[in-house]
Amino acid sequence: MLEFPNYLNENLLPLPFCPGCGHSIIVDRLNEALIQLQLDPHQVVIVTDIGCSGLADKFFTTNAFHGLHGRSVTYATGMKMANPDLHVIVLMGDGGCGIGGHHLINAARRNIGITVLVFNNFNYGMTGGQVSVSTPSGAITSTTRYGNLEQPLDICQTVAVNGAGFVARTIASDDGLADLIRTSITHDGFALLDIWELCTAHFAPQNQLNQSRLEETIADLGFTRGIIQRNNRPELSWAYRQTHAPNRHTPQSRIGGGLKAKFRAELHAPKRIIIAGSAGMRVGSAAQILASAALLSGLSASQRSEYPVTVRSGFSISELVISPGEVLFSGITKPDILIVLSQDGLTQTANWLQFLTEDDQVFIDDQLPIVETRAEVYQLSLRNIRRKSLRSLAAIASVLGNEEFISIEALKEAISLQIEKSGPFLKAAEQGLHLVV
Amino acid sequence: MRELIDGNEAIVRGALDSGCDFFAGYPITPATSILLLMSQLLPTMGGVALQTEDEIAAMGVCIGAVLSGARAMTATSGPGISLYSENIGAALMCEVPLVIVDCQRMGPATGGATTVAQSDIQFLQWGTSGGYPQIILSPSTVAECYTLTGKAFALAEKLRMPVFIAADKEMVSTRVTIASDSLTGITSLSRETLPPEEPFQSFPAHQPGQPYPLAHFGGPQLVRVSTSSHDEEGYLTKDARAMERLNNHLWAKVNRIKSELEDVSWDPQNEAEVLIISYGITVQAVTAAVNAARKAGKQVASLVLRSIWPVPENALSTALLGVQRILVVELNHGQYRREVERLAAPGQQVVGINRVDGRLITPEQILEQV
Repeated sequence: MLEFPNYLNENLLPLPFCPGCGHSIIVDRLNEALIQLQLDPHQVVIVTDIGCSGLADKFFTTNAFHGLHGRSVTYATGMKMANPDLHVIVLMGDGGCGIGGHHLINAARRNIGITVLVFNNFNYGMTGGQVSVSTPSGAITSTTRYGNLEQPLDICQTVAVNGAGFVARTIASDDGLADLIRTSITHDGFALLDIWELCTAHFAPQNQLNQSRLEETIADLGFTRGIIQRNNRPELSWAYRQTHAPNRHTPQSRIGGGLKAKFRAELHAPKRIIIAGSAGMRVGSAAQILASAALLSGLSASQRSEYPVTVRSGFSISELVISPGEVLFSGITKPDILIVLSQDGLTQTANWLQFLTEDDQVFIDDQLPIVETRAEVYQLSLRNIRRKSLRSLAAIASVLGNEEFISIEALKEAISLQIEKSGPFLKAAEQGLHLVV
Repeated sequence: MRELIDGNEAIVRGALDSGCDFFAGYPITPATSILLLMSQLLPTMGGVALQTEDEIAAMGVCIGAVLSGARAMTATSGPGISLYSENIGAALMCEVPLVIVDCQRMGPATGGATTVAQSDIQFLQWGTSGGYPQIILSPSTVAECYTLTGKAFALAEKLRMPVFIAADKEMVSTRVTIASDSLTGITSLSRETLPPEEPFQSFPAHQPGQPYPLAHFGGPQLVRVSTSSHDEEGYLTKDARAMERLNNHLWAKVNRIKSELEDVSWDPQNEAEVLIISYGITVQAVTAAVNAARKAGKQVASLVLRSIWPVPENALSTALLGVQRILVVELNHGQYRREVERLAAPGQQVVGINRVDGRLITPEQILEQV
């Protein structure tokens, strides 16, 4: 006596599909496969897509999920990733393979251990027999009344070429269908069965399709029938766990870490600083070091960066507000100190120059054009710092050398805390003290 | 101890402290650093972080994961929310607890990837078909990125629905100084699930708005979930009364506790004729402006909204009483102003302070109107 003699709910039968529709056969064969496997229904999820096949989950005495059109594979992927013990079986039509083709390809590529049964009847039966991605060329549908001009998608080859673990094409009426479904459910990886069948409401009568013509169509299209691919690629949900198990509770699993004030600072009003350079000059990280130095000095800081989407080329700007009290507004209306490291930086910040006052300062690479401004201008011989990636930090040291509102010691401590191989950066900070021309 | 962190990191820490163990997302500026941090941290904590093929899949994967027992979050920006749209509806319909972070950037379309805006504030509420109420929280400080993420998880679990964090490019990517202990205090509540002896039920037959405890795939009950109209047992239905019960339940979930969801800071001042309303990133400039105005001897009141949807109507109505001018400060053309206008009394002047050039509204810009 079987523990689970039936996975279909007898109280809800018969199935609602049209007379002769292949869907009824596939549902019965899936039931047979489950009976053979005797899977605990609590560990099985039938996920359905949209279309007539989407009515099928209702009849199964397992878990069930009925979702949006084409997205069934994404839901199934999430289920399997969160709980690898589940047997997740997706029932979708050829319509779902069109709208959700992208997900199908990526599920195959990932080799996520779900089973996809494609109820392939070459058209959208539920909405009145429109053309689908699997409609053979020349076929008549309600949206290709003069014959389909497009080539049908080879669903099997599409997933196979992208690494699917188990792929087969069959016909709903084939004797071996239940066995094939069983094999695909037990395969440890992504499995897809492309099951060809008749839509007796639309496609079959429109195209004089019957069982024997169905077999011929596969041959006419040059498509393969039977098992197309079977491999042993690792299944994703288990591979994910195996790969990451050794990294559990490494120091990486903690983020954050506070800074304690241990240096004195001489700052009585907020200072707004803009550092303007080019990609590759490490403007952002130098600004972050200055901000950390502010925290180490008992001050508060905010830091925002501005750069084009191409992070490795073009300008790179960082704005800092350093304040003895809380920084209320982290935007900058006018900088007190403008540091210009490159032509890109100058182009981006040139507009500020006219707003600067006698109390403000500009620190600028002495290779750049002379700027017109009321602010005090300090030219920096930045060419003496050979590596461009060290120039932002050197310029910051120049600023602090001029007015030590944060101590150089605090800056050096911040460098040591933030940068693993800090030697060259500490040296650049030291050199920065002597760059003003 | 003090730290220098940005809003995205605070959101991640809030999520992890809330027990989030699943993340799926697709790279997009300015939300990417959440994906990066989650990909770095979750695998080492026994969780899962997956970069999906697109934003549609990110939402789908999260929904599937939650129904199999995970606690999930996803994060994106405006263009990604556009792609989340259909599955936001799915999560509402299937009553899937989920936290969705929108790091807003300038739109429409691809807009300005690295440019701040608050232009999704109506879109988040109305961005999926059906027109059902959403819960949208908006942090106005980096510390609130942490606390509101905790709150979002708590609400998502309690109400079994997606809850949004509406942040923005400047909030999530500007590093600020905050006390380390302001990034603590979230307790991860264990999920209320259906006791094993209880039969599965999708939603309550008689108590609209009070979600039934979640049951997971792989758990003691057989679970049936549908994005289509369904009855209490989870079966797809066209029965008018069953559909009405479901829809009334989804409607009542948020609306019956609307006033409990209100989360604002009201800073009134006696005889103030001006009230400034702000949320999210504009709160910084408003606070600076209010301080400066009061220093100059002006009477100004301020109302900061942390819960954006449902509209905190009680708090707004109270704060509106007695003032003559109301300034609504936001980085869009005045999307939230309409919510204030419908609550204002005749004769009250509602003025927008807006900016759509990708720059922050400055304290000076606000002071001109005070």
